[in-house]
Amino acid sequence: MAQAFTKLTATAAPIMRTNIDTDVIISINRMIGNSVRGNLGKWAFGSLRYLPDGSENPEFVLNREPYRAAEILVTGPNFGCGSSREAAVWSLQEMGIRAIIGSGFGDIFFANCFQNGILPVVLDKATIDGLAAEIEASQGAGRLTVDLEEQTVTSPSGVRHVFEIDPRRRAGLLEGLDEISLTLRRDHEIRAFQASDRDARPWIHFAGQSA
Amino acid sequence: MGGLIVDTRGRTLLAKIWDQHVIAKVSDDTDLLHVDRHLLHDLGGSRGLLDLKSRNIPVHNPELTFATPDHAISTASGRAGTIQTGWELLAALRTETSASNIRLFDIDQPGQGIVHVIGPELGLSLPGCLIVCGDSHTCTHGGLGALAFGIGSSELAHVLATQTIIQRRPKTMRVTFDGRMPFGVTAKDLILALIGHVGAAGGTGYAVEYAGSAIRTMPIEGRLTICNLSVELGAKMGLIAPDDTTFDYVRGRPYAPQGAMWERAVAAWRTLQSDSDAVFDREVSIDVGTIIPQITWGTSPEHVLGVDGRVPDPRDIADPARRGAIEIALDYMGLKPGAPIAGTPVDWVFIGSCTNSRLSDLRAAAEVARGRKVAPGVRAWVVPGSETVKRDAVAEGLDRIFIDAGFEWREPGCSMCLAANGETVPPGQRSVSTSNRNFIGRQGPRARTHLASPAMAVAAAVSGAIADVRTMER
Repeated sequence: MAQAFTKLTATAAPIMRTNIDTDVIISINRMIGNSVRGNLGKWAFGSLRYLPDGSENPEFVLNREPYRAAEILVTGPNFGCGSSREAAVWSLQEMGIRAIIGSGFGDIFFANCFQNGILPVVLDKATIDGLAAEIEASQGAGRLTVDLEEQTVTSPSGVRHVFEIDPRRRAGLLEGLDEISLTLRRDHEIRAFQASDRDARPWIHFAGQSA
Repeated sequence: MGGLIVDTRGRTLLAKIWDQHVIAKVSDDTDLLHVDRHLLHDLGGSRGLLDLKSRNIPVHNPELTFATPDHAISTASGRAGTIQTGWELLAALRTETSASNIRLFDIDQPGQGIVHVIGPELGLSLPGCLIVCGDSHTCTHGGLGALAFGIGSSELAHVLATQTIIQRRPKTMRVTFDGRMPFGVTAKDLILALIGHVGAAGGTGYAVEYAGSAIRTMPIEGRLTICNLSVELGAKMGLIAPDDTTFDYVRGRPYAPQGAMWERAVAAWRTLQSDSDAVFDREVSIDVGTIIPQITWGTSPEHVLGVDGRVPDPRDIADPARRGAIEIALDYMGLKPGAPIAGTPVDWVFIGSCTNSRLSDLRAAAEVARGRKVAPGVRAWVVPGSETVKRDAVAEGLDRIFIDAGFEWREPGCSMCLAANGETVPPGQRSVSTSNRNFIGRQGPRARTHLASPAMAVAAAVSGAIADVRTMER
């Protein structure tokens, strides 16, 4: 069940590289190694965050103050492209990220964010570049506000940007809905569909056959 | 569930398949869709089933759910070297699929293999089917005219619990590949060239339909390769209208309809094509006659060029963000700005993955490998996509050709495509791979990956360097 999201004022970190993929967000060997859900946060952005000897890379934004405390990411184009691994979202969540602002996201990553109560905000690239520039100019001191009820992002200097969001997903985040329970309430419709589809496309259904 | 259809405007293939699966409208552009086939693999399958169990919710339609281990098991002979987590994931998959009465194609069984290879092979993936799997390359099955896409873990649990998925209807994009395939050019080269052309986000938010004479004359396995890389251009789904080539491929497969039901199914499938007056949100046309064998140079599939090309020089790039991205990619890949890509020495070659591990891929690779030797210092692996591919390849003697040339012939699985099973390219080493992603760390920490077709991969293996396969093909 997704955590609810309403409004957040927090430190934002710009990660502006294009095409940051989910392999970069969480490496597969962290997912299947000793790290399991609840222990992924320190491995988020592992290849950027740590040097080959395991020490922190001082160049990486999230290793610097005040960005260490960032709860918002401002990202370059096509953030979260690649693998469907939801652990990418979990790892960001575990390091404290609650909202991600970008000009475009990988489709599956975008859907996964909503499933976990992280708000992905889409704004045009020029606005994103402006936000990143403002954050950098203040060396991270300026805080961003993301307001889901108003559908606005307010920059450190107070400029408000309105964003669009699917109303259903917005409602889901505001209330922290459990999608499985909601869909199971429509089980009569699902079963009615399957009954009529068995006549229309019998080759799809293996009624009674399994394992 | 169209009801009374009065709109006579042309409809796209996507719309036709989509509308057949709508159980209920959830909002203006979002629907509750029926899932016809749910494929599970070892990395996420048991977790999803355990998730449901913990909530005391049964699997809604176990007979529409199929599982196989592929990601985390070793591909070494006898599965030696399977990491502890791999065995644990397999054990859990066995226990949980059995408890939920889900068909599992286990290791050493004919149905085992990469989930996107076995779906088409077993006739589980059919034209017009809605297929989901917790893996982004589920778009592969679109090569048969299925609406297939990858989902995350939460959505996976939703599908197990309800046999449905809530989806926003995507925009549509049509890519028309016209012309005759030049010598040495494969399906992989077409799709890599497209990604280079539109970019890794060019298809975001779209379902991409591939059309045109080059697609119509392409065998199914090539079409699966094309659709497989749809996600690398940002599209969650890729589709190719089913035709006689498709029906010939599907006929007689274990889970395909038979007899009178087959005839009925084919009649229905023949309607699954975009109407001539259908309108797409975006159109792209590519003359395949202009394409030459492709190879990636950087860390995104959009970082691609013809094998006769030179890697970019950041000094030529005006946009600072793009320039920065290219500098980082060149640094990671250890390449000099402006250098020719051909002749770059390689350490590893990997032939496999859901992109290029089918029988036709292995035949194309063996054709170049036959009578040649892997260059000294290069390690080269062939990992068939499924137990069936492996057995068919052995029956044709392909394994012998590879082994004689110095390749390692292995068991079916995902292997070095994403290295989840511990099979990695060592840090700093350079690999030519037939897989789908050259992301940073994808084939192992600091591994350097160049994507190419199977024939190009063999050309690199026997040359010890990135090479133009057209000089070697017979």
